[in-house]
Amino acid sequence: MSLTRRGAFAALGGGLLAAALPRTLSAQSAPPLRITITEGVMAPMPFAVAAFLPETAAAAEPAERIARVVAADLSGTGLFREIDPAAHRGLVTGFEAPVEHARWRALGVQALVTGAAAVTGGRVSVKFRLWDVLTGQEVGQGLQFSGGAEAWRRMAHKVADAVYARITGEGGYFDSRVVFVAESGLKNARRKRLALMDYDGASLSYLTDASALVLSPRFSPQGDRILYVSYERGFPRVVVMDLATGSRRAVAEQPGTMTFAPRFAPDGNTILFALEQGGNSEVVSFDLRSGTRTRLTEHPAIDTAPAFAPDGATVVFESDRSGTQQLYVTAAGGGEPRRISFGEGRYATPVWSPRGDLVAFTKQHQGRFHIGVMRADGSAERLLTASFLEEGPSWAPNGRVIMFTRETAGEGGAPGLFTVDITGRNLRQVPTETFASDASWGPLLA
Amino acid sequence: MAIFPKALLLVAALGLAACNNPDRYADGDTGGGAGFDGGWGTGSDGIDSAPLGDVNNPTSPAFFQARVGDRVFFLVDQSVLSAEARDTLVLQARWLNENPAYGIVIEGHADERGTREYNLSLGARRASAVQEFLITQGVAPARLRTVSYGKERPVEVCSDDPCWTKNRRAVTVLTRPASS
Repeated sequence: MSLTRRGAFAALGGGLLAAALPRTLSAQSAPPLRITITEGVMAPMPFAVAAFLPETAAAAEPAERIARVVAADLSGTGLFREIDPAAHRGLVTGFEAPVEHARWRALGVQALVTGAAAVTGGRVSVKFRLWDVLTGQEVGQGLQFSGGAEAWRRMAHKVADAVYARITGEGGYFDSRVVFVAESGLKNARRKRLALMDYDGASLSYLTDASALVLSPRFSPQGDRILYVSYERGFPRVVVMDLATGSRRAVAEQPGTMTFAPRFAPDGNTILFALEQGGNSEVVSFDLRSGTRTRLTEHPAIDTAPAFAPDGATVVFESDRSGTQQLYVTAAGGGEPRRISFGEGRYATPVWSPRGDLVAFTKQHQGRFHIGVMRADGSAERLLTASFLEEGPSWAPNGRVIMFTRETAGEGGAPGLFTVDITGRNLRQVPTETFASDASWGPLLA
Repeated sequence: MAIFPKALLLVAALGLAACNNPDRYADGDTGGGAGFDGGWGTGSDGIDSAPLGDVNNPTSPAFFQARVGDRVFFLVDQSVLSAEARDTLVLQARWLNENPAYGIVIEGHADERGTREYNLSLGARRASAVQEFLITQGVAPARLRTVSYGKERPVEVCSDDPCWTKNRRAVTVLTRPASS
């Protein structure tokens, strides 16, 4: 059965196209296939990705790779458990052939992804359908993506994002990138480079060499620019890099001062950073277009690590004005800060969830470091992790997963990137070929 | 996906520049001036580098580092100068005033037991405390600059108090003579 493309193709960034496929069943009730993330998932949902069928001779290998990435994305959430593909090889014979739900049920599968891929004239297309094999119904509509041959991995992530979104009701986060600091060398002679990778560690590229120390890169909410701290001129200063052109410029330079801890506003036009002058650090906002600088704090204490709320109206930052590092919120235009952290220990590096509901932070208490979350008013604090040293949480685009830096102790101290979900489950290390730190999770790609 | 050819070009240019410019020599964490060619230069971090000279020559940077003492230490989270630190800085100021040709960068550092960004601010506080003290001892403010490395440049690598104590420091680094 050949596929009829119906409905409008939507042009996506990166040369990817998506199209809805006609539904194979006429009616569909409310999907019983459902995971509610905030309740915490004790038993992951068993799922299978049937071998994606090659529809052209050249598609055999891409079809296999795409299916494997889809399965890895879903398994990696901790919400799903994959049924071994060896148990169901050959069970799907054609993309539009009837699904043998009873046989999938017998394998213990609840959610089934079927798919096919084609390679035509250097372009790859992939299509999939999601099935609830308990009810024997399709969940949502089949979708097709097409793009350049090099985009196969992104297309796989888009398939997995769609499956994840349909089952959880949340936005996906697999088709996204992370900017971070790749580290190499001994602990007392570390070399650091800015690097870019897919959320799962694939497609690594470097944005700087190791000639100058670089710290704390931050993705713009639009994914087009990176803010970071560079010691290229001998003193730390905030630099903005345009990813499409590679052009870089220092922002808000003022001789005799240092700037660090940058962060974009949600609209990408304003940034926050810490400005050091005469030993004192204050939080400053800076309009990248007009060059207008606004001081948000005025206090002899250390004020740093600012971050905007997703509505752009409020800023959270850390200050040791009480004697130890604590979290404060203030209006984006400045004003009297209000302290929100009152638990034991020290609180640092606050970052607002893109959903606006939570603030993630680093906590230091009794010689241990933690990543935690609290409501924006400071209530309902929960610690998600604990180790010798961890810091720098960054939110996944859907606000359900946090990536952070964890470093082991001692001479061999090795920083790496980890993810954990907001219930504290599914702690995983992100594979990187070097030591890695200071992750900033970019937006979901269009 | 997208490659960034212009970024790569920039990176390549920086790499070349770095080859011609040995890192600064003074902090003991960059190979002690290995590769230094005996002349003044600008380091890859943009900081000047300088010949060490003979440790027995009382006007040499080597003498300043080894005999005067180029660094002072701090308590956890503190930027207050101890009595011992002030004694060292009095000697530093005396030497700096007798050798007015050198520029001075004061590096502030923190141990690893803190978040990166807080430690940058803490290092800045420490460097500033040293700067202010040297100024009270007559060192010309125009000769002084501060830089914070936070926890990025430890000299000791163990994860225990003896190492952390040595990493919580401010180092007075001599740079190119102001007159040259």
